[in-house]
Amino acid sequence: MTDRCPGRDAPHLAVIGAGPAGLAAALAAAARGVRVTLLDAEPEAGGQFYRQPAAALRARRPQALHHQWRTFARLRHGLARHIAAGRVRHAREHHVWFAERAPDGGFTVHALTGPGRGDPAEVRADAVLLATGGHETVLPFPGWTLPGVVTAGGAQAMLKAGLVTSGNTAVVAGTGPLLLPVATGLAAAGVDVRALVESADPGALPRQARALAAQPGKLAEGALYAGQLLRHRVRVLTRHTVVEAHGTERLEAVTVAALDAGGRTRPGTARRIACATLAVGHGMLPHTDLADALGCRLAGPAVHADDEQRTDVPGVWAAGECTGVGGAALSLAEGHIAGRSAAARLLGAPPGPDAWPEAARTRARLRAFSAVLDAVYTPPPGWGERVTDATVVCRCEEVTAGAIRASVRELGAGDVRTVKLLTRAGMGWCQGRMCAPAVAGLAGCAFTPSRRPFARPVPLGVLARAGEDAGGDGGRAEDQGEGDGRAAGAGG
Amino acid sequence: MVGAACALYASRAGLDVILVDRGPVAGGTTGAGEGNLLVSDKEPGPELALALLSTGLWAGLAEEFGTAVEYEAKGGVVVASSTGGLTALEEFAQGQRAAGVLAEPLAPHALYDLEPHLAPGLPGGVHYPQDSQVMPALAAAHLIRGSGARLLTGHTVTAVLRTPGGAVRGVRTDRGDLLAPAVVNAAGTWGGDLAALAGTHLPVLPRRGFVLVTEPLPRRVRHKVYAADYVADVASDSAALQTSPVVEGTAAGPVLIGASRERVGFDRTYSLPALRALAAGATRLFPFLADVHALRAYLGFRPYLPDHLPAIGPDPRVPGLHHACGHEGAGIGLATATGHLIAQVLTGHPPDLDLAPFRPDRFTEESA
Ligand SMILES: Cc1cc2nc3c(=O)[nH]c(=O)nc-3n(C[C@H](O)[C@H](O)[C@H](O)COP(=O)(O)OP(=O)(O)OC[C@H]3O[C@@H](n4cnc5c(N)ncnc54)[C@H](O)[C@@H]3O)c2cc1C
Ligand SMILES: Cc1cc2nc3c(=O)[nH]c(=O)nc-3n(C[C@H](O)[C@H](O)[C@H](O)COP(=O)(O)OP(=O)(O)OC[C@H]3O[C@@H](n4cnc5c(N)ncnc54)[C@H](O)[C@@H]3O)c2cc1C
Repeated sequence: MTDRCPGRDAPHLAVIGAGPAGLAAALAAAARGVRVTLLDAEPEAGGQFYRQPAAALRARRPQALHHQWRTFARLRHGLARHIAAGRVRHAREHHVWFAERAPDGGFTVHALTGPGRGDPAEVRADAVLLATGGHETVLPFPGWTLPGVVTAGGAQAMLKAGLVTSGNTAVVAGTGPLLLPVATGLAAAGVDVRALVESADPGALPRQARALAAQPGKLAEGALYAGQLLRHRVRVLTRHTVVEAHGTERLEAVTVAALDAGGRTRPGTARRIACATLAVGHGMLPHTDLADALGCRLAGPAVHADDEQRTDVPGVWAAGECTGVGGAALSLAEGHIAGRSAAARLLGAPPGPDAWPEAARTRARLRAFSAVLDAVYTPPPGWGERVTDATVVCRCEEVTAGAIRASVRELGAGDVRTVKLLTRAGMGWCQGRMCAPAVAGLAGCAFTPSRRPFARPVPLGVLARAGEDAGGDGGRAEDQGEGDGRAAGAGG
Repeated sequence: MVGAACALYASRAGLDVILVDRGPVAGGTTGAGEGNLLVSDKEPGPELALALLSTGLWAGLAEEFGTAVEYEAKGGVVVASSTGGLTALEEFAQGQRAAGVLAEPLAPHALYDLEPHLAPGLPGGVHYPQDSQVMPALAAAHLIRGSGARLLTGHTVTAVLRTPGGAVRGVRTDRGDLLAPAVVNAAGTWGGDLAALAGTHLPVLPRRGFVLVTEPLPRRVRHKVYAADYVADVASDSAALQTSPVVEGTAAGPVLIGASRERVGFDRTYSLPALRALAAGATRLFPFLADVHALRAYLGFRPYLPDHLPAIGPDPRVPGLHHACGHEGAGIGLATATGHLIAQVLTGHPPDLDLAPFRPDRFTEESA
């Protein structure tokens, strides 16, 4: 533990999530005199982007992406410096399950840590900055539950764990700009990537020339991926989709087909591609659980944040993909702004309207760019029709598409919540994080993030004692070890 | 739920029924609560009479809809946490027995025979074999389907249409008028608003409740188990948070723990103190639950009237208007008797129960 931490009386900010947004926010706030606790579920800082396995990153490290690696090195170095100076505490492997406004005006962040995530840890803070990123979504298709079918992020994890190696075969499919880095990452690791199957038509992108022209880095990145794919002989099939995954015990092949303008498969275009791994992704959805529990307003599927990245709950900021999906660079810019705004306001010096022009310009440019991408990379309208009644949609509770359709047709369900009540879709361990968009699509209703007060499952024994005064009974070594709690409580 | 039961019994009594809801089926409190069908928590009086009538009707419906609605006649076990508590509980049970409730005193060994995973050292309890359970959303959906009534979801009632003489002649919805000589207000927590649309007064208020849901487990809690202080909470007038550990296993595996009671209007934020109290109560009763994960919690707003009894029957102030709302924490259980009584009134039959205690016009404007 750091004794004599320089910022002992300084205001205390809890940053949840140590991805690009959380890192940038923590550094910006700490540099301006705020005491920061940075909590993240992972053992290392970096989030989804910088967590990528070395091989995948190496594949992109030369040339245009080199600066991204340097950025991360700089962030890591900055974090280490602030930790050494006692300005930042990095609470690694802390799974935050709830955050609440404390009666005294501050906040309490409740986490689980330790082996088996069974030990409670509470952090008291004057303000909270949510940088929890998002999670991948996958739309179902017949055969998608076969072993060997993984998410894009899952493919990265497999690479990292050495589970897919040289000589394996893979297909990467779905929609969105994430498919490119996944395919190049796999190819660079020696995997035989048989095809990249993209349902959208990226050819539509250049027509949005104005927004793109403002974003040279992104274009270069895209061009680089294209070059890499070419070099690794990855066939790119745009306006195609995986119709079905085949296999008995595990994945053996996929059938892909071309799509017409209405998103339906074109007759006679189906072909079978043998592969052992299928990495699928249909984009990302923001994590909104903690924000919702704090009472923050959501805007569509994301946490609402203003120009300063403030939510509508005083004392709560949000940055990065939990406020809308737009890539690592956008998360960095938003995190930087959030950290500076939080510092300025916590230190009693509200920022002027033009306090961080450069970051604000970057953010505006990247948001415009991601809006263009979003418009192009949408799931094909006909995807639901290809999901047979027998296809399992909610894997946790094994609910089929047929049961979901019947709940609407025969039982009067009309939204994701009532479909869930009548079929149990989304009631399992993942609480619908995976299947809710698919359930909404199949039920023909709008996707709305469901309310999940607990961001993580929490043992009842921990819940039963959550928020007990850490100083009161002296019985909770974990809490007292945190140190921050009581000091912040006394100060707030 | 109440609307579904009214539709079922009215249809079966030969009436042509249209069921209107602004949301989907079970989109109100019915989709946000539990489905305990209880006699154990009710003291002798009109509510218990309603519950006993309901229990029999539910058992009858179970033969038709049983598995689809996850009906389970599992029985309740009420536990005393102190010897003093046990004496009070046994006196309470004696009164209930006189009113027709099956209530069997449990010595400690019998208690642990029924619920082996209870915390050690409890002095005893009472077993209520009539307590049972359904899955509320499924129950509402299947009763509606079984009723054959015309279901109009996504239709908001915006006005109650009346003749120049003041009698009801239908409702106006945002998607057109529906004409009918009788209108039943089964709008639950929003029943007061609907009454106002008909130009009358019914002071239905919300009472927030949370339920905790655990990860799926093999069945270790066999009955619906709760501590005796629950009874005091139900009848209480206090606006403060009152929680009692009502623990039960479900057919699908998760254990449900509920429910808290708070009067905080329609506040939808999750309250850690309420959730914590539920968890604390449950782990006190069943220590093994301490290591079991809560996956989620949900909240709902019980519809309550100032005297904690529902409004059931015709509104003498507006001819043709009937009320079937305000069942507070027992609307699933009491739905069947409510629907049955409403159907009797609508078809001109004398109701099986005296409806006087449930008269919708029993409140003056000031009592709201
Ligand atoms: C496979 C893949 C490839 C990608 N490739 C690229 C690319 O090439 N270029 C690009 O620009 N972007 C890419 N992205 C997107 C990029 O990863 C994100 O844009 C970026 O990481 C978002 O940063 P963030 O800080 O907002 O969130 P994240 O990086 O997601 O960080 C959020 C952090 O919060 C933590 N967290 C969340 N909830 C909790 C909780 N309850 N308790 C504790 N900790 C919590 C998580 O563990 C995580 O570390 C890729 C993403 C994926 C999945
Ligand atoms: C946490 C919790 C636990 C509970 N546990 C139990 C239990 O174990 N056992 C039990 O018996 N009860 C329990 N209850 C109580 C029970 O849920 C309610 O009493 C019951 O659901 C009320 O049913 P209802 O049909 O009257 O109301 P609702 O289910 O709310 O139905 C009213 C309907 O009216 C509709 N509506 C309102 N206004 C309009 C309009 N203007 N136009 C069209 N439609 C309109 C609404 O959309 C709604 O669907 C619990 C409640 C809570 C909150």
